[in-house]
Formats: sequence, structure tokens, C-alpha cells
Amino acid sequence: MTSPLEFMLQYVLQPKNMLKHELQRSIISRNAMYARLCTWKTILRICLEERLVYRGDFALGTLMRFLPIVTQIFLWSAIFAARSEDTLAGYTYHDMVAYYLLTMVARAFSSMPGLASGIALQIRTGEIKKFIIQPIDLLGFLLLNRIAHKAVYYTVATLPFAFVFFLCRDYFEISPDLPRVAAFVASLLMGFLLGYFLEASIGLVGFWFLEVSSLLFVYMLFSFFLSGHMFPLDMLPEPFHTLVDLAPLKYMAYFPAAILLGKVPTESLVRELALEAAWLAFFVVLSRYLYRRGLTRYSGFGG
Amino acid sequence: MSDQPSYWKVFLTFARNSLVRDMTFRVNFLIQCVTSMCWALMNLGFYLLIFHYTAQIGPDSGWGKHEFFVFLATTWMINSVVQAFFMPNAQEFSELIRTGGLDFALLKPIDTQFLISFQKVEWSSLSNFGVALVLLAYSLWELTHRAADPLVINPAMALLYPMYLAFGVCILYSLMISLAATSIWLGRNQTLYNFWFYITNFSRYPMEIYQGGFGDPLRIVFTYLIPILVVVNVPARLLAQPISSRDSWAPLAAFAVVATIGSLLGSRWVFKRALLSYRSASS
Repeated sequence: MTSPLEFMLQYVLQPKNMLKHELQRSIISRNAMYARLCTWKTILRICLEERLVYRGDFALGTLMRFLPIVTQIFLWSAIFAARSEDTLAGYTYHDMVAYYLLTMVARAFSSMPGLASGIALQIRTGEIKKFIIQPIDLLGFLLLNRIAHKAVYYTVATLPFAFVFFLCRDYFEISPDLPRVAAFVASLLMGFLLGYFLEASIGLVGFWFLEVSSLLFVYMLFSFFLSGHMFPLDMLPEPFHTLVDLAPLKYMAYFPAAILLGKVPTESLVRELALEAAWLAFFVVLSRYLYRRGLTRYSGFGG
Repeated sequence: MSDQPSYWKVFLTFARNSLVRDMTFRVNFLIQCVTSMCWALMNLGFYLLIFHYTAQIGPDSGWGKHEFFVFLATTWMINSVVQAFFMPNAQEFSELIRTGGLDFALLKPIDTQFLISFQKVEWSSLSNFGVALVLLAYSLWELTHRAADPLVINPAMALLYPMYLAFGVCILYSLMISLAATSIWLGRNQTLYNFWFYITNFSRYPMEIYQGGFGDPLRIVFTYLIPILVVVNVPARLLAQPISSRDSWAPLAAFAVVATIGSLLGSRWVFKRALLSYRSASS
């Protein structure tokens, strides 16, 4: 008999084709599970080491990523100075600066550079074969890869982030309570997973399209303007506001920042987080479905 | 036959070759055009949203909605020219250094900087130039036909505007080629390339927004030391906000000329210095 944990590991983290599945279930044991944990550990370690090769360049690059925010801050400062009221769409000037800084944090979790194009490239070049013949699940492997990348990123980026946040500490006129901080952390973690499964789904469309760059472009265009990365989504007039509010893109940048800045009422926190979890579940299932259907379509030739 | 190659003819050949290559993949070319136009239009949407909340950017700065759209159109025009003619080449240059392909460029009987700078033309980037022209025409129409204090365009403005556009392109080109040349010393400069992107980000807004304890030094550095603020500001202001209120305008316009010549000479010097340090890569 398999334990519930093993069952979960087998079905949720590594569902491959059904035949192999049945085989695996019959032979799985505690040893197999230990072996799998070891595999994960090894994958994580390799990715960590690979990532730490260019750490100096990495830290400098992180600090530079704040430069566009500097121009945004000046722009908003000029806009607020020209207005007679103190608030704009419910944001004070300080809120606005804090908002941009917090979206940087949110995007550090949700952005997945090169994930979709990487998957599509693996499909096109046939490199994806290795996931078919080896007992490693593509989505699981890439997820571990991303976790490792992000872990290294946060280790190196914490210092520049802390430095910038310290410089801008006066802009944060917030005193969030524990539930709000917990919701913020939950939204960041779910943002990471949502970003991963959403982009993976786009990449897996490569089984049908081979080249997903135009699809990816459309996604990037919308994500850039409608995730809240460019401006607080509260500024949008109706009916755009309602539409964007229901779409999953806002969880990539706007939502975590809005939670911490108190733009999401406490009573609707749970509902909003549940909605995010629903979107996450949708994209997990979608990516699994696309992968399984894609593999049946896929044909590889040569070595 | 003279030993000197005809630079103009060589450039035309480069441009024609690039166009032939682009036209080989026509659908791809069209998609690229639509792509860059979509980005521009989304950006316009963002500014429309901003002007939904405010009448102008900065108190009494004179950058109202249509004045700012003249500024935006100017930014697009300069950027599209830089992206079409120089961006692909600067990217290629770093690769040439890394792979040792620069050897072949050095051997050719033509100025190396010319060869490196103009080899490729990305025609699709010019689609934004068209969008910018439309936006410029619309904004100028609105400005010249408004009830209060309509804008009057005189021949001097019409003459100076394209000239200062060209100056802006020259300044950005100098910055780009200098940064690309540094990859001779550094091997590979992905970070420096990003640096170019982030630096030019400062040129996208009217210089009046950089104010205060942190803004003033920033404005001075990016006006006089690395003159990227004059790139768009001078031509845009020339057209949208004639001399009337801006007394500091004339010296700035004069400085833009000096800055252009200085940048071009400076980048030439950096390029030559960098070439002296080139040691080729492998065979």
C-alpha cells in the first residue's frame, strides 16, 4: 500500500503517462521515495552552484534594476505636485513610492525570465526527449530549477533590496498587522507558483505551435501593463478595472503590494487569496493537461 | 579607381541587404512592426491614464497633455532611429569581440567604426517612427488650434526640430558605441548593455521632473556629464514650448550642439583606444 504522502508525490508531482504510473505504483517503496528526495536535493544543489558562478555581476544587476523606479518616482512626484489634491485614486505620493518598491518585491517572486521560451525551445530542438526517457518529470524538474534560481536570487538580492528599502523607509506609512503580513507572504508564494505554472503553460503550447514568441509577446505586453507593474491598477477607469481585477495578471505585481498598503479590505483578504489559489489550481491543471496532451502529439527523431 | 571606398554607397548596400533579408521573412517582419507599435500604443495608454488624473506633469512646467505628447513622439522618433540603425550593430559588436570575428572587420579596407556601426539595419523598428509622426501631427494640430494661446510654428522651428532630432540620435549613438567598445576590455558586457537601457530611461521625461535634493544633482549629471537629458528635451521643447516662458532655453540649445560634437569625438576616442587593446580571440 502507498501512503497518502507517496500517493501525493506520485500523482501531483510526477504524473507521467498512465502505464508508467501503474508500474511505478507497484514498485514504489520507502527506498524509492528516499531516492526521489535525493534526486531533488541533487537537482537543487546543481542549480544553486550553476547560479552562483556570476554573483558579482548579479548583485550589480539587481541594484541597477531599481534605476527605472527612480525615474518613476520623479514622474509621480511631478504629477502629485501639479495636482491640488493629496491623493490620486486613493494613493498619496508616499503610498505611490511604496507601491512601486513593493511591486519590485512581488515581481522578484512572480517573474520567470526565459521559462516559456526555454520550454518551447526544448520542444523544438527535441531536447525534451530526455524527460520522456528519464524518470524525471519536466514540470517538477523546472520548478525545482526555478526554486533554486530564486533562492540564489534572494540571497544575493537581499542586500541591494534592503539598502533601497532603508533609503526609502520614510515612504512606508503603514503598520500592517499579523494577518496582513501573513496574507502578503502567502500572496508572494502563490505569486511565484502562479507565475511558474502560467508561463509553463504558455511554453507547453509549443507542442502545437513550435514557436511561441508571438504568444509570449502578447502575454508580456499585457503582463507589463495590467499586472500593476507600470501603475497601481486602482487608477484604471471602469469597466477596465473590473476586468483586470478578475484576471490572474494582477497577482504578479499589484496584489501583494496592495495587501501590504491596506488597499485590500481585511474582510475580503481571505476571499481574494482563495481566488488566487483558484487561479493557481487552474494553471497547475492546465499545464499538466497540456504536457500530457503534448507528449502524445510529440514525435522525436534521431539522437 | 580611388583607394577610398564610397561610404555612402557602402551604407546603401548595407541598408539594401538588410531590407532584402527582412523581406525574405515577410510575415515575421510584419509581426515585428505590429509588436513595436503595440508597445508604443500601450505606453500612450499609460500616459492617457496619467492625464486623466492631472492637467500637466510638474506644476507650471508647461508640459500639458498635448505638449507632453509632442515630447513622447520625439522620444519615439529618436529611439526608433537608434533602434533601427545602431542597436543591432552594437549587440553584434560585443559578439564579434567575444568570438574573435572582429579580426575580419579590422582587415577590411574601410573605417572599422563605420563598418561596425552600420552593417545591419533593422527596418521594422522604423514602424514606430510612423506612429510617432501621426502622434506629433495630432498633438501639433491640437496645440495650434486650441482656443487659449495657440501655438505658432515658424520656419526656424520647422528647420531646427529635425536638426536637433539628428543631434539627439548622434548623442545616443555615441553613448551606445562607447559602451559597446568597453566590451573589448571586459570580455562581455551584458550588464553594461542593461546599463545603457536604464540610463536612457532618464531621457524619457521632461527634465523639469528631476528636482529636489536628489533630483538636482541627477539632472546636472545627466545634462552636462552624460548629456542624455538634452537628447529629447531640446527638440521637444523647441516645438512644444517656444521661448516664451523658458528663459533658460537658449543656452541649453547651444549646449546641445557642443554636447553632440563632444559626444561624437569622445566616442571616437574611446573606440580607437579600445581597438588598441583588442587581442583577438582564438584563431
